[in-house]
Amino acid sequence: MPANAFNGMTDYGIGIGLRVPHYSHILSEKPTVDWFEIISENFMVDGGRPLKVLDQILEQYRVVQHGVSTYFGSAEPLNREHLIKLKRLVKRTNTPWLSDHLCWGSVDGRYTHDLLPMPYTFAAAKVTARKIREARDFLEVPIAVENVSSYAEFHVSEMTEWEFLSEVVERADCGILLDVNNIYVSSRNHSYNPYDYVNAVPAERVAQFHIAGHSKYQKYILDTHDHPVLDPVWKLYQRAVERVGKTATLLEWDARIPSFDEVHNEALKANRFIKDLENKTLAP
Amino acid sequence: MKTKPSPPKRQTAREFLELQRLMAGAVMRPLAATGGMQRKWRDGRLMGQVASQFIKPNDRLTSFERLEIYNRQYWYRIMDSFYEDYPGLRALLGERRFERLACAYLTQYPSQSFTLRNLGRRLVEFLQAEPHWIMPLHPPALDMARLEWAHIEAFDNEAKPPLELDSLLGADPAQIRLQLQPHLTLLQLRYQLDEFLIQIKQNEGLRSQASNAMELRQARKQSRFKRHLQPKSVFLAVHRHNHTVYYKRLQPGQFRLLSAFQAKSTVAEACEQLAQSAQADLGRVKSWFESWAALGWFCKLV
Repeated sequence: MPANAFNGMTDYGIGIGLRVPHYSHILSEKPTVDWFEIISENFMVDGGRPLKVLDQILEQYRVVQHGVSTYFGSAEPLNREHLIKLKRLVKRTNTPWLSDHLCWGSVDGRYTHDLLPMPYTFAAAKVTARKIREARDFLEVPIAVENVSSYAEFHVSEMTEWEFLSEVVERADCGILLDVNNIYVSSRNHSYNPYDYVNAVPAERVAQFHIAGHSKYQKYILDTHDHPVLDPVWKLYQRAVERVGKTATLLEWDARIPSFDEVHNEALKANRFIKDLENKTLAP
Repeated sequence: MKTKPSPPKRQTAREFLELQRLMAGAVMRPLAATGGMQRKWRDGRLMGQVASQFIKPNDRLTSFERLEIYNRQYWYRIMDSFYEDYPGLRALLGERRFERLACAYLTQYPSQSFTLRNLGRRLVEFLQAEPHWIMPLHPPALDMARLEWAHIEAFDNEAKPPLELDSLLGADPAQIRLQLQPHLTLLQLRYQLDEFLIQIKQNEGLRSQASNAMELRQARKQSRFKRHLQPKSVFLAVHRHNHTVYYKRLQPGQFRLLSAFQAKSTVAEACEQLAQSAQADLGRVKSWFESWAALGWFCKLV
């Protein structure tokens, strides 16, 4: 599924997250990178250095927006001020698609700034899908929702996480940002088979992949984005690529960030799975 | 005859909202002194009992422990952000007092914005209402909170197209109202905190590169500065120029004139106020205007 309606019919390859410690390297060395993902909220400001850097990046690179606080899954309505600022940024970046998380994080106008897990219920799916549609209609750009890592499950859930994801994206008619690391982390925290998840996702809706590193604790795994991608996650990614096809892939590295080259080289490892897939396809 | 089991009850939209209210309440509640989740809920029930009503346990973690992960993450995240935004206040108060203040403030005024950038928006208001958090350092600590918020505003507030002074030629001063840039804040401080904050920020910048010896020397310098902090009125314009934030000291007359513009006085009214304070010197005022216009501080005629 290299290009589909959910990623704006693009054919992006391997990208990395645009992070502050790499700004000067990127602007001075202009390394070859297929695309950068930006955290929308970092640039939803009215002026100053963040926008200046972004404009310089946009002169050279393709950029895709990824949000952390639209909170499609919050029971309260979408934040109008947030959407207006987001749309202003969409016009600036010309992002071919826009992603945010399938989660909630605000209630009664108070923000936790976290990606809190959803109860997997039909009521939640209905509210969430309606909000995704509203956001897409306002922003006029395809939206993809990302599965989050979670550390808790609710008694009230009526289905599995992957059934919930499918329910939401079908109702909203939107795309999926499939975070393979998040599937792995949640599968370990909730004791399910991560391949059941990957095999059940509506492949035709996957607009993008995320890969990342995580940290193991005694009783659970935390999604820390401060390590290289671990082997079980690469294997899961391989299966996801087999199912979905060559799709825009992004490495997230957000803490203890090493040099630009180290991050980029880690991301480019994804190419071997894509090449394997291409070889299999070409084989008689 | 056996009765058919009724299908499990489905969650309603109202219950969905109530679940989020309950969980957010637990997640945003201050941590216990031990650093974990509080053992009792607001109504006196055991928190483990409350958590088990909506969170499933697993074979490794109880409902309480699973909820506690989110409770801890919430406080780590917002405290980290608050620490980064207020290095000056932290240096003045010391780590422990700053932490207690941050917890009290963020409990009373949790974030109401999609961005952590606005976390400190109501800090000055909070400190004015509850000065005991910064006693006996009340005046400098309150001023520092104002200065650090002005810095945040200067960093990424809008910069409108600057006004050319030439465009005012021939205009009637009694009709002109000048607007200042949204990134510019005027402050009258009771201490020379601008120098102190610059030093703190330089230290923060050096921290990742400096040796331990260097860090120790900087800390001593900072502590000496704090000890010798004497009251001295300072007038400041906190603003952004070429994408960098500056603290520009102003003369009292300059401050008065700019404050008058900010209060939407006409140019004639502002100059009249200045004349009344016996600081009017036409040549000098003209050079002020030229300097401010060169910095792009005036943005449009109102």
